Amino acid sequence: MRIAKLKKENLFPFLEIISEEADLWAPVKKGDKHIFKVIDDFSQIEMKANRTILPPRKIFLPPYFNMFHVSDKAYKEDFSHITKKILFGIHACDIHGLLILDNFFKQAYLDPYYLEARKNTLILGISCWPDEYCFAKSTNTHIIEEGYDLFFSDLKDFFLVWIGSSRGDDLIRLKLELFDENITDKDIQTYIAWETERNDAYKWSINFTALPDLMELKYRDSLWEKLGDACLACGSCTNVCPTCNCYNIMDKQFLAGKEGKIIRHWDACTLEEYSEITGGENFRKKRSDRLKLWYTHKLQAYISKYGKPSCVGCGRCLITCPVDINIKTLGKSLLGEKVDAFWDRLDKEVTR
Amino acid sequence: MNREKKQLSSANPFVPEPARIVRTYYLTADVKFFQLRIVDMEKALSFRYRPGQFAMISVLGAGEAPFAISSTPSRPGLLEFCIRKAGTVTNALFRLKENNLIGLRGPYGNGFPIEKMINKDIIIIVGGLGAAPLRSVLLYYLDNRDQFRSISLLHGANRPSEMIFREEFFALKQREDLDCHLAVDEDDTGTWTENIGVVTSLFPKLKEIDPANTYALVCGPPLMYKFVIKELIKLNISKDQILMTLERRMKCGVGKCGHCAIDYIYTCLDGPVFTYWDVIHMRELI
Repeated sequence: MRIAKLKKENLFPFLEIISEEADLWAPVKKGDKHIFKVIDDFSQIEMKANRTILPPRKIFLPPYFNMFHVSDKAYKEDFSHITKKILFGIHACDIHGLLILDNFFKQAYLDPYYLEARKNTLILGISCWPDEYCFAKSTNTHIIEEGYDLFFSDLKDFFLVWIGSSRGDDLIRLKLELFDENITDKDIQTYIAWETERNDAYKWSINFTALPDLMELKYRDSLWEKLGDACLACGSCTNVCPTCNCYNIMDKQFLAGKEGKIIRHWDACTLEEYSEITGGENFRKKRSDRLKLWYTHKLQAYISKYGKPSCVGCGRCLITCPVDINIKTLGKSLLGEKVDAFWDRLDKEVTR
Repeated sequence: MNREKKQLSSANPFVPEPARIVRTYYLTADVKFFQLRIVDMEKALSFRYRPGQFAMISVLGAGEAPFAISSTPSRPGLLEFCIRKAGTVTNALFRLKENNLIGLRGPYGNGFPIEKMINKDIIIIVGGLGAAPLRSVLLYYLDNRDQFRSISLLHGANRPSEMIFREEFFALKQREDLDCHLAVDEDDTGTWTENIGVVTSLFPKLKEIDPANTYALVCGPPLMYKFVIKELIKLNISKDQILMTLERRMKCGVGKCGHCAIDYIYTCLDGPVFTYWDVIHMRELI
């Protein structure tokens, strides 16, 4: 692989050049959290951002977009939301999330909306430092070997830039003089020391390999009823998950005439009407059944099919679920470990 | 970097094909028959499908929904559906007249494994609207009659007026190469000449079968499966040879929207036809 060094002060000049013909998206502050946003002022970029509220898939498949303009004559595809983009500041775990989505949207039938957006977006990853919610080391998604065009390892005084694709190589060639391809032994030592320290910085871990069997064995465990009782069915866990991909379709007709739009918008399997069919039959009316579906998908089905969970350890569900139903509390409960979670204290703290 | 936005692929799996309603009429008070032809003649004739597959039908402004194909691929050119008026899309469909255009895409799903049933005995058990997918496979068998051994049909409905394709099935009773039994739970007309009782009451009328070489195909309301399967197991038919076709919510038909997911399978890709073993093996299937 081609690797180069970039001085910190050269980053903005580099971003300036590459963003001339594409929208630059990067993490910025929103309250005490972060979001991905189009950047017009580089100083807004939060280099040390932790996870963004919504995962980067919102850039490829916005929460709400138009698939078709329709008339009684024809269906006209609408790709107007797909523009050329550069996504800077995406972490390794989120790139893994995109790889999982790539795999999904290429299966059986190609999804042109996702794949076109993907083709038109360059991925410029950046290294990160785990906080108390991160568990990407448990999912083996704390490092990344593919799926990016450039990856910036932040080594305090400089960036080590990993060039992961031919398009990434073209990018640095736009201003090669900003980069230094002479990697010294000292640089390598710095990198190794940084990597070791980072590996040790993960504060907790979870054993995913045991979970598929436990999901099966504990399918009727009272744990699920407990979770179902606490679940608010708000859909937040699915909205923030980098590997969730479910959507719904809505026909919107213009007021006058025979024209309309077909809208595609995010959906969540934790919502009550998700599995309801015409006539009112609902295969998952109970909240616990819907939670089972979500976790079966993430922790069991995907592992048995691909040997890894459909979870990248980003920690978003940990900070988002208002009642602490997340991969950590659920996974640990399945493993028989004691957890401190609101849903577990529900009986004591809330009078019903 | 490639600065040009890539040429967008024309193979968008979500684009429906315009189709014309050739014929439509009521089969029962709330079920209508639709005969459709894809407007593009070449596409109409090359639309290949298997019995048991489904298609997505759309009405502009109302939306899109999945429907089992009721016609047989052995009679190409026209596609037939029987549709119950139940929701937004079907309400809009029922307002349309012959010659109106709708959108159609498909075929989707796995369909029945017809090739495995060659030279086997076949039992088809229909309850209510279950006739929609099973008519396709029945007509296919009859059009290729010499490929199969005995074929039995057990068809149950609540009342005579609710029996879908009633005349068609009465006509089939005349055929000597088909063992056809019809039943209604209750005869409110006083003119019903066939059996009275639930569909399982027809089982004693079945001719002797060779269970190891028999396939049973079941489709009907959820409640029916439990009782029918009990009877089939009593006949010693293997769980792998009991086939059923299931209904789920579907928004895309192509394995993307997620609504029809059961564990790691997608009803729209891996179903809607499942074996009874699949059903036991995969929780939530019925």
